[in-house]
Amino acid sequence: MIKKILKSVREYKTASILTPIFITMEVILEVLIPILMTKIIDDGINEGRMDVILIIGGILVVMSIFSLLFGWLSSRYGSIASSGFAKNLRHDMYYKIQDYSFSNIEKFSSSSLVTRLTTDVNNIQMMYQMLIRIAIRTPLMFLFSLFMVYTIHPTLALIFLIIAPILGFFLFWISNHAHPMFEKVFKTYDVLNNRVQENVRGIRVVKSYVQEATEIKKFDEISEKIYQYFMKAEKLVSLNTPVMRLCVYTSILLISYIGGHYVVQGSLTTGELTGVITYAAQILNSLMMLSMVYVTCIISIPSMERVVEVLDEVPDIQNPKKPLKEVADGSITFEQVDFGYVKDKLVLKDINLSIKSGEMIGIIGGIGSSKSTLVNLIPRLYDVSEGRILVGGKDVRDYDMETLRKEVAIVLQKNVLFSGTIRENLQWGNKEATKEELDQACEIACCTEFISKFPQGYDTYIDQGGTNVSGGQKQRLCIARALLKKPKIIILDDSTSAVDTRTDAIIRKAFRSYIPEVTKIIIAQRISSVEDCDRVLVLNNGKIDAFDTPKKLLKTNKIYREVYESQVKGSDQNA
Amino acid sequence: MPKMKKGNVLLRLLKYITSHFKMPLILIVIAIIISSVCHVYGQLFMQTLIDDYITPLIGTTNPNYQPLLMAIGLMSFVYLIGVIFTLVQTRLVVNVGQGVLKQIRMDMFQHMETLPIKYFDDNSHGDIMSYYINDTDALRDMISQTIPNGVSNGIIILFTFISMLTLNIYLTITIVIGVIGMLIVARSIGKRSSLYFRKRQKSVAEVNGYIEEMIDGQKVIKVFTHEEEAKKEFDRYNEELFENTKKANIYANMLMPVMGNIGYLLYVIIATCGGFIAIQTNSLSIGAIASFLLLTRSFTMHVNQLSQQYNSLALALAGAARIFGLLDERSESNEGTVTLVNVVKNRDGTLQETKDYTGTWAWKEKDSNQLTELKGDIRFENVDFAYTPEKTVLKNISLYAKPGQKIAFVGSTGAGKTTITNLINRFYDIKEGTILYDGIDVKKINKNDLRRSLGMVLQDVNLFTGTIMENLRYGRMDATDEECIAAAKLANADAFIEKLPQGYQTMITDNGENISQGQRQLLSIARCAVSNPPVMILDEATSSIDTRTEKEVQEGMDKLMEGRTVFVIAHRLSTVRNAKAIIVLENGTIIERGNHEDLIKQKGKYYQLYTGAFELE
Repeated sequence: MIKKILKSVREYKTASILTPIFITMEVILEVLIPILMTKIIDDGINEGRMDVILIIGGILVVMSIFSLLFGWLSSRYGSIASSGFAKNLRHDMYYKIQDYSFSNIEKFSSSSLVTRLTTDVNNIQMMYQMLIRIAIRTPLMFLFSLFMVYTIHPTLALIFLIIAPILGFFLFWISNHAHPMFEKVFKTYDVLNNRVQENVRGIRVVKSYVQEATEIKKFDEISEKIYQYFMKAEKLVSLNTPVMRLCVYTSILLISYIGGHYVVQGSLTTGELTGVITYAAQILNSLMMLSMVYVTCIISIPSMERVVEVLDEVPDIQNPKKPLKEVADGSITFEQVDFGYVKDKLVLKDINLSIKSGEMIGIIGGIGSSKSTLVNLIPRLYDVSEGRILVGGKDVRDYDMETLRKEVAIVLQKNVLFSGTIRENLQWGNKEATKEELDQACEIACCTEFISKFPQGYDTYIDQGGTNVSGGQKQRLCIARALLKKPKIIILDDSTSAVDTRTDAIIRKAFRSYIPEVTKIIIAQRISSVEDCDRVLVLNNGKIDAFDTPKKLLKTNKIYREVYESQVKGSDQNA
Repeated sequence: MPKMKKGNVLLRLLKYITSHFKMPLILIVIAIIISSVCHVYGQLFMQTLIDDYITPLIGTTNPNYQPLLMAIGLMSFVYLIGVIFTLVQTRLVVNVGQGVLKQIRMDMFQHMETLPIKYFDDNSHGDIMSYYINDTDALRDMISQTIPNGVSNGIIILFTFISMLTLNIYLTITIVIGVIGMLIVARSIGKRSSLYFRKRQKSVAEVNGYIEEMIDGQKVIKVFTHEEEAKKEFDRYNEELFENTKKANIYANMLMPVMGNIGYLLYVIIATCGGFIAIQTNSLSIGAIASFLLLTRSFTMHVNQLSQQYNSLALALAGAARIFGLLDERSESNEGTVTLVNVVKNRDGTLQETKDYTGTWAWKEKDSNQLTELKGDIRFENVDFAYTPEKTVLKNISLYAKPGQKIAFVGSTGAGKTTITNLINRFYDIKEGTILYDGIDVKKINKNDLRRSLGMVLQDVNLFTGTIMENLRYGRMDATDEECIAAAKLANADAFIEKLPQGYQTMITDNGENISQGQRQLLSIARCAVSNPPVMILDEATSSIDTRTEKEVQEGMDKLMEGRTVFVIAHRLSTVRNAKAIIVLENGTIIERGNHEDLIKQKGKYYQLYTGAFELE
């Protein structure tokens, strides 16, 4: 897992290696400087020698300048390495997601992909920076300091060899026990956020049912829960500092007493004694830092797992080895097609049909009759489970995907416009579309009128999610966008539900007169939307119930007649 | 949001904390002082230990370690006190920190619930959410780390400073000048770092926004084989985020080594100057210089530590300023004195107030105790309304709905249909004119009671995490299970609920992601039925229900609407045909009104809409 993630370090490898090197040098200086600082007192001031003070002072100045330089370099390269690594990780994930098929996306869900790309990568970045900086620094500090103590007086080093493991054990014990509790806290935090979000979104409901008091009570309960969990976890963590101090103080006292004996015996100078005491704090402090690194790592393990899942996912639809780059015409054939989103649960069974190039086909059927699923198979958004689908006489799996999807334009049920101008949105269909082409597509999709009413015309800015145009306008823009591909087949998946019946009819009429050679497939709830199609496919529970001209269907097909009567009768009354 | 000065925010925050946790806070400060004193004392004691207890023994033939042991024993006692008070301090900090957070969360939420709808219109949801996430988090860090560390560093610095002053005033002045220099450097680095942190924050928001939008529309990207463009665009944002993160981190990580090493330089300066003074002038003892240097080290080290707190303090204060901004938002006023009470009708037609739920209501004047039966008569008289002072949305609206009548609003998006209904329940307050409810000015009615008497079914259904039953009961908390089920049956929601694996006990999560949009609307209608309001507002209530199901829902709706005053807004004109009056709105004014037949005869806008010559946008 870690190996997989580290692959994304790439061009930041140098920075990632330089960081610990500079840190090592910084640490060496940091360990040496205190010795000189004591020396300046012992050999210079105490002896009253100005020349020694100046010499050691000079060395100290040079060393601290270098220490500053190394400190600056290590922070610089550490920052470059960690933020670069995060950049590459985001890049790799995002690129990978671009290769995902519909089913890959559905497997993760959009919101989960977003979290993985944002929060999880952020956690990993923090961990990485910590690893290359602090995880290197603290053990070094620990070892160097211990070594220095050893060179001063080996017996004194023993004190640390006893106290450090005890402290280390205790710190890790606290981290290990506190960590699951923190996890619980964060989960409860999610619940709390969810509550707030529900209230912010549904404030009108809360207020109109005068449920403020209930909501406050519910919120307080969760807040109390977080408080309890947090208290439990932090109570444990709050032991860290006192225990740490206890250990530092104990070792100082032991060193003073034992060291005092050595001083008296002459095997240690007083200056060395103060030196050892300074190291005591450094040695034990580095254990504390290490336990912090440890916690950061545990926290980021789930994040790493989630990121690797994204990177490891195999796109289940891939381009064939020798792709066909041309689609002959807009004919479509389904040969004994079965399809299921999950194995053993077919939602389309034994579909056989053939559509001629240029035909206008309507599809109706109740909720769950798999209308959308059927059309999604044509541009190969999913692969069939059994059988095959031919477009222009060739299996869709033999085409280059870009070619196929350019020729088979589908307007999805869930329409999305992106933030940007109307022109930019339309150009998704064709980057080099000329003004004339834009005009024509808009004309067919009945967009011309409302676009011309906007003061900025094509340059009108569409907000994220297309919230500043009405539902019907959004749908028509999506149709125009698809038309700009100049496809051989166009599929409207319930794409005119928010458009009024009159405009709906105008669009279909325009389809016939402007693009007669293009195969048109229209899924609709309204019977009026399919009434003037050449043929209508009636789907029921994933099977073809009938496929015939509207006139014949009215006579022969029960489902068609039922829908027809429920809708047309209603409008008869209205008239 | 009103801008507050940092100092004021800090003061207010401290006030907030002390108002809830006065005693623990005093104890914490005392504990910090004691443990810091112990700490400093321990440092100073080392020198005494060496000078007075160890050095004299050097060279003695039979060293007596008794005094040394005694001194160390005394030291152990001091240290023990230090450890105990550190424990007291960290433990109490947890209590206060978490306690304050809990309190502030609850205060925020409680206050948020009282804010007018306009607040939620004006502020993005993400913004409001971040009060509860980022801002409280920043506060947590500050209370549990920045403040204790700051106080303890401050105390140590103070003690050290005093000790230095007693030793030599000139050297102390030198140090102070040096430290001021250090702080200036720290400030300029801090400024740059916070500049890039702000930039980074902006980039993070942009990248996240881009990712959200694109991943959400990923299927459209696939359909248009737009992957390459999406990648290019993404790389652009990603690169910018990288640049800003890099710079922000470089400056943040630089502070520590820069400050630390300036501290070393200061040490060398003092050693040279001090040595010079001591050796040349004899006005300073050598021992004093040595102690002074030790103090210098500790002084610069703690100044360094203190300056590290600056960033988190700034972050926390910004968060606190935002939180106080929320708490300072003006609540919705509720000055109405007319309340709603349950009544029973006596045989002679007089009303009698009762505590139990009867389904019959009356308005009660606070002073006179006079009861007026709630009938559901609503009148607008020359109403003007504007969301912002410059832009009037509704002009001179007059209309009435007699008890039991169904009134429909028709018109394009932005014509003011929804706005009118939001004025009845006083989500917004009108600028001119009056709205009367059973002859009473709605401004005189207690808002809660006014809203209880109005049922609302909106196009965007909002459900709450909990079971279906709990969501239905949202309409009226004291409704029994049977009443809720009856309401679900009325709205034709019962059929699909029963089909769910856990029936009425099925959990609704994520605003009902697990059921379809149409089913959510059915639940919303049933929820309204539970509340059994005399007046109902249906704003595109059936828009997401397919035409086949709508017929069934319509039956339920018809039953539900019986005997109630109903305001309907609908896209599908077929649903408003049977209204008593249809009001056609355009640009905030009423342009046509009448029943379906009248309006068709008028051959005006409604006629055009109905025949499909116009599209409702």
